[in-house]
Amino acid sequence: MKSSLRNMVSVLLLIALVCAAAIGWVYELTKDPIEEAKAAKTKAALSEVLPAFESVSTPEERAVDGDKIKIYKATSKNATVGYAIETFSNKGFGGKMKIMVGFKPDGTICGTSVISHSETPGLGDKIDKSKSDFSKQFDGKHPHTFRLGIKKNGEGDVDAITASTISSTAFTDAVKRAYEQLQAYMED
Amino acid sequence: MTNFQIFTKGFVKENPTFALLLGMCPTLGTTTSSINGMSMGLATMFVLVLSNIAISLVKNVIPDKVRIPAFIVIIATLVTLLQLFMEAYVPAIYATLGVFIPLIVVNCIILGRAEAFASKNSVFKSALDGAGIGLGFTLSLTLLGTVREFLGSASVFGHKIEALQPYGMIIFVLAPGAFIALCYIMVLFNKATAKIR
Repeated sequence: MKSSLRNMVSVLLLIALVCAAAIGWVYELTKDPIEEAKAAKTKAALSEVLPAFESVSTPEERAVDGDKIKIYKATSKNATVGYAIETFSNKGFGGKMKIMVGFKPDGTICGTSVISHSETPGLGDKIDKSKSDFSKQFDGKHPHTFRLGIKKNGEGDVDAITASTISSTAFTDAVKRAYEQLQAYMED
Repeated sequence: MTNFQIFTKGFVKENPTFALLLGMCPTLGTTTSSINGMSMGLATMFVLVLSNIAISLVKNVIPDKVRIPAFIVIIATLVTLLQLFMEAYVPAIYATLGVFIPLIVVNCIILGRAEAFASKNSVFKSALDGAGIGLGFTLSLTLLGTVREFLGSASVFGHKIEALQPYGMIIFVLAPGAFIALCYIMVLFNKATAKIR
C-alpha cells in the first residue's frame, strides 16, 4: 500500500489502540490467577521450611541492604512454632537470588527453599534441593555453632558445591542475612 | 511452492539456526539443556504462527513506510499476551522460561518471516510457514541443547547418566561452549545437507 501521512498516522494509531486494548484486557483477565499462583508458591515454600503449623501471620517487611525481606510468623494453638524469612542475596553468579529460610523459635534452621535464582544451569542451580543435597546441610543447624561461611575460604562450616563457590557463597549470604534479621526482629 | 514445501523448508533448506543463522541470541543463551532449548523453540513457534497469521491478515492495510513499526507492535503484543497467560496458567514453565520470553520480541526470525513471507502471502500459507520455520527452530534448539547438556552435565533431558557424571565438561554449559557446540553442529549439518540444499 502506498504511504501518505494520513494513512500512516491512522494505521499506526489503530494498531497501537487495538494492541493496547488487548493487553489491558488480558492483564485484567490474568491478574487474579497470577496473584493466586504467586500466593500458592509462597505457601508451598512456607510449609516446606517450617515445622507443622496452623496459621501464618501476614508478613512484616523490612528494608535491608537496598532491598526488603519478609518475616512470617507461624503459630499453632497460639504458640509460636517458627519463623520463615524470605531473604535474598545479590552475590549470585547470575544476579539476585531469593530464598525462604525457616527457623525454629530458638534460632535453629529448620529448612530452606529456593524461590528464584538465575544461576548457571548444571552448576549453580545445584543450590536447588531437587538438584543436589547442598542446601540440606543447613537443616537442623544453629548458626551459633554452624558458622555461616564457606569452609574452603576459611569463613565458616558450609561445604560449597564443587565448581560453584560463588553460588554457594550467595546462598550462605542469604541465609546469614535471614538469621541476622531474625535476631533483630526478636529483639524488637 | 507447494504447501508441503512451505512447511518443510524450515527443517533443512531454510533452517533458521544452521542455514539462515537467524535468532542467534536466544539460540546461544537458552540452550543450556535440552528442555530449555525445546521450551524456547516451542514458545517462539507459538508466537511465530500467531504473528504470521496476524500480519498476513492486516498486510493490505499497512502503508509500506510504517510496516516495520506496525509488525513490531503486533509481535510485541503477542509476546506480552503469551507471557501473561503463561504466568497465570503454567507458572512452573514460566519460572524456568520467564526471563527468555521477552527476548522473543527481538528474535529476528519472527520479524524476518513477517517481512519476507507473511506480508506477501495468504493467511493459510503464512501459518504453515510459521509452523514449519518454528518447528525447524525448535528442532535445532533441542539438538543444540541436548549436545550441550550431554557434554556439559552428562545428562539427557534432565536424566543423569551416572556412569559419565565425573566427565561432564562444564564449559559446554557456559557461554563459550555454546559457540563451540554450535560451530561443530553447523559443520556437520552443512556437510550432511550439502546435496539437498
